[in-house]
Amino acid sequence: MEKKSLRTAYGESLVELGQSDANIVVLEADLGKSTMSCLFKDVYPERYFEMGIAEQSMASTAAGLALAGKIPFYSTFAVFAFGRAYDQIRCGIAIPGANVKICGSSCGFSDFGDGKTHQSIEDANVMRMIPNMVVLNPCDAVETRKMMRAMVAHQGPVYIRINRNDLPVYTPEAGEYRIGKMSRIVAGDDVVIFATGSMVWKSAEAAELLKAEGISAEVINVSTLKPLEKSEILTYIAGKKAIVTAEEATKLGGLGSAIAEQLIGEVDLPFVRVGIEDEFGTSAHSYAELLETFGLTERHIAAAVKTALKVK
Amino acid sequence: MENQALIKQLQATAVQLRCDVLEMIGVGKAGHWGGSASLAETMAVLYFHAMRVDRKNPKNPERDRFLLSKGHAALIQYAALCELGFFPREELQKVKSLHGLLQGHPDLTVPGIEAVTGSLGQGLSLGVGMALALRLDKSASRVYVVMGDGEQSEGQLWEAAMAAVNFKLDNLTAFLDWNKIQATGRTADVFAIPALDQKWKAFGWEVISIDGHDIGHILAAVDQAKAVKGKPTLVILDTVKGKGVSFAENTPAYHNGTFDEAKYAQAMAELEAQKAALEAEKEMI
Ligand SMILES: Cc1ncc(C[n+]2csc(CCOP(=O)(O)OP(=O)(O)O)c2C)c(N)n1
Repeated sequence: MEKKSLRTAYGESLVELGQSDANIVVLEADLGKSTMSCLFKDVYPERYFEMGIAEQSMASTAAGLALAGKIPFYSTFAVFAFGRAYDQIRCGIAIPGANVKICGSSCGFSDFGDGKTHQSIEDANVMRMIPNMVVLNPCDAVETRKMMRAMVAHQGPVYIRINRNDLPVYTPEAGEYRIGKMSRIVAGDDVVIFATGSMVWKSAEAAELLKAEGISAEVINVSTLKPLEKSEILTYIAGKKAIVTAEEATKLGGLGSAIAEQLIGEVDLPFVRVGIEDEFGTSAHSYAELLETFGLTERHIAAAVKTALKVK
Repeated sequence: MENQALIKQLQATAVQLRCDVLEMIGVGKAGHWGGSASLAETMAVLYFHAMRVDRKNPKNPERDRFLLSKGHAALIQYAALCELGFFPREELQKVKSLHGLLQGHPDLTVPGIEAVTGSLGQGLSLGVGMALALRLDKSASRVYVVMGDGEQSEGQLWEAAMAAVNFKLDNLTAFLDWNKIQATGRTADVFAIPALDQKWKAFGWEVISIDGHDIGHILAAVDQAKAVKGKPTLVILDTVKGKGVSFAENTPAYHNGTFDEAKYAQAMAELEAQKAALEAEKEMI
């Protein structure tokens, strides 16, 4: 399947959106050539603010721009976008509901060589905890483009988490993205796999593996991590024998936890989460090696499905 | 040792450290050549002359502390630690791999590394903490912190700069690797921070500006800093990013660049030639 860059989709979308709305401004902290916000700089240099390596200042400056009527997007590696600027996000952006769009780039293990300090395993999970924050995690480049339009249409803070590596395209070109809406990637009857980001790809591959073994797995793309719509979850679990979740993030407080929170007292079904255990990443020569080491491949997801269904 | 001989020896060490860094980056893999190479002479002076280090007991309480606030230049620190025998040479080949000891950024799992850095702007605060602890313990050990020039835009670093003066930390020496290039391009174009020396002076630091590739200057600056009482010292190192490999010098692409086979061979040949030239000079002394 053809893979496309989510980062390029981010940068090109900024340019497109910037064309139709002069209020869109972009901030960066010395990583624009990586996040691809540099594409916006090339076309609209006067609306692009290179803030230096100063993420906290960047977040608060974005808040100031928003409070003065602009629609700022700021981007850097996810660890720094959410983590370094946490209190600035909380105080300056989330409490007032400032219209700031935050892009956490090179999320998860996608910055494989740089190790623990750069591998953001908890960004979306932590952002979920902040009131007023919408949290998005696209599974491919096409979805990223649609989300960018939805982010501008939404008045208020949004955090979007983007992989560094290219990902296969699973979502259709047609239609618009609605924040909160889930989508079916693979139809199935026995079990539902709720997946987000890169794990949509791995779950779709897991569904293939399972099909060969006579297990029919449905894969649902949960690309809005917050708000999570309970009615959507209930729709997709109806008639299924088990629930599995898959995320390229720590299991604590992420997609799996969020879905479990919604289902407390609602259903009595086996529930298995695939995600990173309570530990930091490590340096590796490739992204694939890290997915393997931390249990995030199609095989791991297929195994989780079988555990949930209690089949060998 | 006689000063000229010491200088020659440390020059050779600096070239060897660059060779090690290049070896670690290898062919076809991205690595922070630029900001590692600009520090080779400073690392040679600190690790091979000025600092007290103990490879047999890396946690020896008497040791001086070294913190690489610009943690992405870890390769040059690994090179120094390896040459000193902190870990076996085979580890250099396994850098940034799943089964190696050496992580992409400094980690306490590596013998000789004092702190986790890599998120820029934090090293000086860590250094302030260590300097305060050493003073409480009446230790003679000193703290050395190396920062980048792009890194100077991190606000925390200036919070630490004020703390070090407030606490009169004369057991703390910081270095600023003024190589004039950061991740996106030339610092003057990306995010200009004029008059850095005056800023540090105004914050109350003793400031020494030197040629960061001149071993003699670095040796003198380290001694001068030790003699300063009642305040911390900053040594501004005027350096060339990527120093030692002609095509990578002063070139933003080698901030975190890759060498193809031909480029790698050329780079290694240039470094080997520098080694040979220093050897020849040594024989003449
Ligand atoms: C908090 C933080 N933000 C961003 C980065 C990504 N980053 C790594 S190196 C670098 C540029 C550093 O420039 P400089 O301090 O001049 O280092 P040098 O040129 O000496 O390599 C950036 C932005 C980071 N490591 N930490």
